[in-house]
Amino acid sequence: MSEPTARTRALHWGRRVLPLLLLCVLPFYLDAFWLRIGLFSLAAAIGAVGLGLLTGTAGQLSLGHAFFLAVGAYGYVWLAGEPGPGLPPVLALVLAVLLAGAAGGLFSPVAGRVRGIYLGVATLALVFLGHHVLLTADSVTGGFNGRSVPPLPGFTDSDPQLVLLGVPFGAAERLWYLGLALFALTWFTACGLLRGRPGRALTALRDSETAASVMGVHVARYRSTAFVVSSMYAGLAGVLLALAFRRVVPDYFALALSVDYLAMIVIGGLGSVAGATAGAVFVTALPLLMTRYADQLPLVAAPGAADGVVGPTEAARYLYGAAIVLVLLYTPDGLRGLTRRLRTRRRLERPPATATSSREPTPAVRPKEHTP
Amino acid sequence: MTGLLDNLLSGLALGSVYALVALGFVVIFKASGVLNFAHGSLLLLGGYLIAVLHDDLGFAGALALAVVVTAAVAGALDRFLLQRGEPDPHAAHVQTIVTIGLDIVLVTDLSRRIGGDLLSLGDPWGDSVHDLGPVTVADSRLAAIVVSAVVIGAVFALFRYTAWGLSLRAAAEDLEAASLMGVRLVRVRTLAWCLAGALAALAAVFLVAFPAPGLERTTGQIALKAFPAAILGGMTSPGGALAGSVLIGLTEAFVVGYQTELHVLGEGFGDVAPYAVMVLVLLVRPTGLFGARGAARV
Repeated sequence: MSEPTARTRALHWGRRVLPLLLLCVLPFYLDAFWLRIGLFSLAAAIGAVGLGLLTGTAGQLSLGHAFFLAVGAYGYVWLAGEPGPGLPPVLALVLAVLLAGAAGGLFSPVAGRVRGIYLGVATLALVFLGHHVLLTADSVTGGFNGRSVPPLPGFTDSDPQLVLLGVPFGAAERLWYLGLALFALTWFTACGLLRGRPGRALTALRDSETAASVMGVHVARYRSTAFVVSSMYAGLAGVLLALAFRRVVPDYFALALSVDYLAMIVIGGLGSVAGATAGAVFVTALPLLMTRYADQLPLVAAPGAADGVVGPTEAARYLYGAAIVLVLLYTPDGLRGLTRRLRTRRRLERPPATATSSREPTPAVRPKEHTP
Repeated sequence: MTGLLDNLLSGLALGSVYALVALGFVVIFKASGVLNFAHGSLLLLGGYLIAVLHDDLGFAGALALAVVVTAAVAGALDRFLLQRGEPDPHAAHVQTIVTIGLDIVLVTDLSRRIGGDLLSLGDPWGDSVHDLGPVTVADSRLAAIVVSAVVIGAVFALFRYTAWGLSLRAAAEDLEAASLMGVRLVRVRTLAWCLAGALAALAAVFLVAFPAPGLERTTGQIALKAFPAAILGGMTSPGGALAGSVLIGLTEAFVVGYQTELHVLGEGFGDVAPYAVMVLVLLVRPTGLFGARGAARV
């Protein structure tokens, strides 16, 4: 492997910083509609990264993600609002994330022992039981009609008034930066986890439980920890979604939401942070965009038309149901696998001299050293 | 006392319908290792076909056609979308997620067609009731119990006495060995899916019969309650699925029946009680009551 030259190092950082800069200047050019789509996508991406850790890396099927999103969202609303302790919103945000983690921890007697498909159905129970609690515990959750979300101070339309470079900064613009910051936090922590010891241990666990436990991986503990960490990401996503929606209702956190998140990581490609993000953007933005441009699309009726015609939300569901099936049948690694395949093909077409880069993926297993 | 008997009977009726669905899950799981999330939409498809066809063909004809068509659709989904290339036990997880995608497409399409309507299936029982000693039972419930018992008995006989049943059990035991013994894995598996589809269509009749209001777009979700039933019994055991279904049916009926006493748990707890029971059982036995405790070989 060659030493990283100044040029490759600059390229390395450029690839990381440039997208971030681009995302930072977006509010100066896009209107609130696009920023809201972006914000929902960022929130979904945070949750999807968490589910990706659990299902993609640790290989545990979970359909309970909606429950942990709900714990985060309702936790924040209750902790920061009235009735409730009325804590400062920033503190409530942190506590809500911890609360979601604790909920995941409470489930760990099941999550640590039950595996595969059994776990998938067991987590299904969380969604239904959670939905029931949200509907019945009126004093905390507001029942069927839900509760309005207390805003974070500084992230509202007018307090304080803010105009930057001639662009008025309302709630959408400010929340965009909050979402971006939280997403960056998610991205770096998740990448760190995956590259480090826990990521290796979880991958080993997914590939062979017996082999992993022989190598010294504590199976039940790593399983439960993966569940807790994934729940915390879900909680964070839940808080961000609550802030974006400004009102939380129980029916949003139903089984369909869990399935959405599963669809995100499958479409994006299991086991990768970037894939989960791409999948989250696709699944979140597709129905919103189709609703907005329904009148210009062929075969799609405007929203609110009579029964029996294909409306935009239905068209979006057809598309992403089909996307799940097609992605899994033809590119089992999802969008990520597709881009990687294209990249290697392009590399193969070029002469081999330029193909060797310093960023070869490190092999998962080091060559064995000879020991006497 | 009559309340107890009443709840017992409605629990049994509910349990026998869940058993039809849960048996479908187990047959598919045994044959292919896939948990079929599209089962609810197959059930909805069966119900929808009966609702649309019963005016022209009469109830019996519509039922027969719906069972055949649903079985064919289930078999085709498996044959053309799930089974691709060599049978591979590791692909089961991926295929499970594929069924989620299929479910989304099917449910979207069927609920678009059904819309906000309540469809009647035109079943012959209507809202008539029978007096059995101290309790009054709806005929549809008696029919559910009797028909389910007969059909489930027939399915168990299929497992036990036919060549297909033997092949299925062999394939579930060891895919490779069965294949070497001349079992046609592809055919066994496709037939298993067809059987499950037929059972789902039949279950639809009793799920939407009196006292339920009729077929609506959320009917498929009721099939999800057969998940806990199948998991409770252990996914690999048909007998377990039966036991789990009866347990779930009774639990639901008793929680609904004694709702006033159980007010602490909140209104409508009967709908989620099956899941609570399942979590409790899984805490004690992670592979269900009668599930195979797979020993790992290296």
